[in-house]
Amino acid sequence: MSEKDPSPDALQSRRRILMGLSLAPLAAALPGVHAADKAAPGAGGSSFAGADDPRRYTPSFFKDTEWAFIQAACDRLIPADDTGPGAVESGVPAFLDKHMQTPYAAGAIWYMQGPFLEAPAEFGYQGKLTLRDIIRVGIDAMDAHCRKTYAGKTFAQLDTAMQEDLLTQAESGKLKLEGISSKLFFSNFLNEVKNGYFADPKYGGNRNMGAWKMIGYPGMRADYIDWIGVRDKAYPLPPVDLSGKRG
Amino acid sequence: MATVKPKVDAVIVGMGWTGAILAKELTDAGLHVVALERGADRDTQPDFAYPKVVDELEGSVHRRFLQSLGQETVTIRHTGDATAVPYRQMGSFKPGTGVGGAGTHWSGCHFRPLPEDMRFRSNVEQRYGKKFIPDDMTIEDFPVSYDELEPHLDMFERVCGTAGKAGVLNGVVQAGGNPFEGSRSREYPLPPNPDYLGSEMFYKGAKEMGWHPYPIPASNASAPYINPYGCQMGPCNACGFCSDYGCLNYSKASPNACILPVLRRRGNFELRANSQVLKVNLDSTKKKATGVTYLDAEGKEVEQPADIVLLCAFQLFNVHLMLVSGIGTPYDPETNTGTIGRNYSYQNLNRVVLFFDKSVQANPFIGIGGAGATMDDLNGNQLDNGKAGFVGGGLVWARQPGAGPVRGINVPAGTPNWGSKWKQAVADNFRHSFYFEVQGACMSYRQNYLSLDPTYRDGFGRPLLRMTFDWQANEINASQFFVDQALKMGRTLNPLSILGDAKKDGEHYNITKYQSTHTCGGATMGNNPATSALNRYLQSWDVPNVFAIGANAFPQNNGYNPTGLVGGLAYWAAAAIREKYLKDPGPLVQA
Repeated sequence: MSEKDPSPDALQSRRRILMGLSLAPLAAALPGVHAADKAAPGAGGSSFAGADDPRRYTPSFFKDTEWAFIQAACDRLIPADDTGPGAVESGVPAFLDKHMQTPYAAGAIWYMQGPFLEAPAEFGYQGKLTLRDIIRVGIDAMDAHCRKTYAGKTFAQLDTAMQEDLLTQAESGKLKLEGISSKLFFSNFLNEVKNGYFADPKYGGNRNMGAWKMIGYPGMRADYIDWIGVRDKAYPLPPVDLSGKRG
Repeated sequence: MATVKPKVDAVIVGMGWTGAILAKELTDAGLHVVALERGADRDTQPDFAYPKVVDELEGSVHRRFLQSLGQETVTIRHTGDATAVPYRQMGSFKPGTGVGGAGTHWSGCHFRPLPEDMRFRSNVEQRYGKKFIPDDMTIEDFPVSYDELEPHLDMFERVCGTAGKAGVLNGVVQAGGNPFEGSRSREYPLPPNPDYLGSEMFYKGAKEMGWHPYPIPASNASAPYINPYGCQMGPCNACGFCSDYGCLNYSKASPNACILPVLRRRGNFELRANSQVLKVNLDSTKKKATGVTYLDAEGKEVEQPADIVLLCAFQLFNVHLMLVSGIGTPYDPETNTGTIGRNYSYQNLNRVVLFFDKSVQANPFIGIGGAGATMDDLNGNQLDNGKAGFVGGGLVWARQPGAGPVRGINVPAGTPNWGSKWKQAVADNFRHSFYFEVQGACMSYRQNYLSLDPTYRDGFGRPLLRMTFDWQANEINASQFFVDQALKMGRTLNPLSILGDAKKDGEHYNITKYQSTHTCGGATMGNNPATSALNRYLQSWDVPNVFAIGANAFPQNNGYNPTGLVGGLAYWAAAAIREKYLKDPGPLVQA
């Protein structure tokens, strides 16, 4: 399955196939989308139905080419499947775009003075790139590698099996990239994707608390004294987010 | 030119537990006290208010309540012949900053030392002979006994509203407590918190092993409580945001909740937040401190003269201040001389994770930081170190400070890190797994020490503190022994699978992996000024109007969390200053 610049429709049809639900309407297959499409005008802060559709987000940090990489990589790292929502429909790309613009991603709480010496892995990150530079330089290097190796195609234009293979190689550090360690890039990128997937929806990901529902996390209830001694039943309440919205 | 402020009786560097305790005790004695805190001021309202505080991304990723490493950090190397590199991203340990310090974001485990912990070297020598201690192991006795400290340990528990069950009360063993503890003069101020599933199962497994489980003493209030200072604490509601977070509920003991409400009303107490102390100023004899120099919130240099200087920063930064100020002689591992930086030690923390099927409702999002269950059957004199082949005890505990998905979800061995199989494992295991921690003592060695780094500087132009530390064979053997015991115990509970992370032979210290904030030593208390920086009252041998109060004073770390002993030592030092030093300023112990 090779496709150029996967459109939302293409992603949707792939998900339907993956989920064995090609005959069911998409909205029924994906609880999050279902809720958004059914939302009355003005509900949940949206001015019109589908306003919080993560595919409509316009990035302000990432360039279009980087954005295509992010969509594809997020879909490989946390795909939509029977277990729960995927990273893309959860809004993780939007989370990444917003998170890259925080002081944290600019290295505010990291010690960033030189000299930058090489040290064994036990000493942690010793480079001079901040988090957002690791992500940006890494994406550009991944795409440069793909264009060189696969006849001008970017990562997002490769088929899913090839994308998965490249990510696996980056995870182990076997993939040689220009200017950055593939392992460093991958570990930071994966970590950010998971942060976006599981953090409070206010940060742009975890749309409709889908990731919390998947694992049975009650979110920000922060009061469990009445349940601490219960042994024979699963915790019964759905999640609540920082804005007080219930899942 | 620095602005010079009017002289005060005492200046305190750092407003964590020890700073707050000393400020309370010395203002009680009528002294005019100024406290300088490098971080921001903060309090339960509004800084820890629900719901904003229970935000995992902000608390555990952006580390809102912890120290930023942007301006101040340490450098680390494994051996003295290597070049150290900076601790650039927080991993292994998490120093605090801001009013409350690490006392804001701790979990609440509040142990007393065992009597034998306080006479550590003598006890090992008596039991196993002098030759049992390796030549490079520089362990010492604490120069204060458990009995001398008992009233001060008790006071700290009263202030914290510690929840627990006495095991030995005035020499009589009590059912339900730790039968091996030192005798207590009083019961804990509050009864233990309720057990969650993991601690209930710990009791079951521990009994199978023949151990004597007891509730972890926890400074997480189990009921409404008013401490001796009149500060009110609310019962913990198990919110699950203890470690890394300020307490939303006035339940977890902290300087913010338990002491500062009183201090803030006092006319003879002044708190200056956003005040970065650069050095202790000494007079021309180098035997007397004249005060401190700090940068105020605007970055302007200010000199605060004072009769007494109390170093109450986090352990590492107390040592750093002594080194950059020229107090005492830096430790030299080649000649084994000098005292500042000597006897650095850490904690030997390991973990065992148990995975169950979906009928087991572990609910890891429920959390009471310090609560749970532990045992002392492998700690202190209950452990036969001669047979085990290493020095130092340890314990296994069930503790659930609260987990959420951003902080990480445990998955069984062999699970991929991403993709559908990872998702499935996360969904299957989040609510049905829990962990036991395995915490061991950490000895001090000639080759593990603190010094100033020759290359890297902090944001204020000072050399960074350099940590030379690696795991030694003794601690690796201990890790394997304790984790093995925990695995045996865990298996009696019939989990689907179990993971242990004992250190492997030859394994090096890894700064990326969290392994407790219990860094210790570097400016230790002792009876011999040739081998200790401080006397038994935590007073500098070299500059007697400087006291350095905190875990920097530990000659080695015992099996427990340090906070209970740190608080007890703070009250002990405060009593010495009030009752002895103020009457006759000068050295409290003749060298």
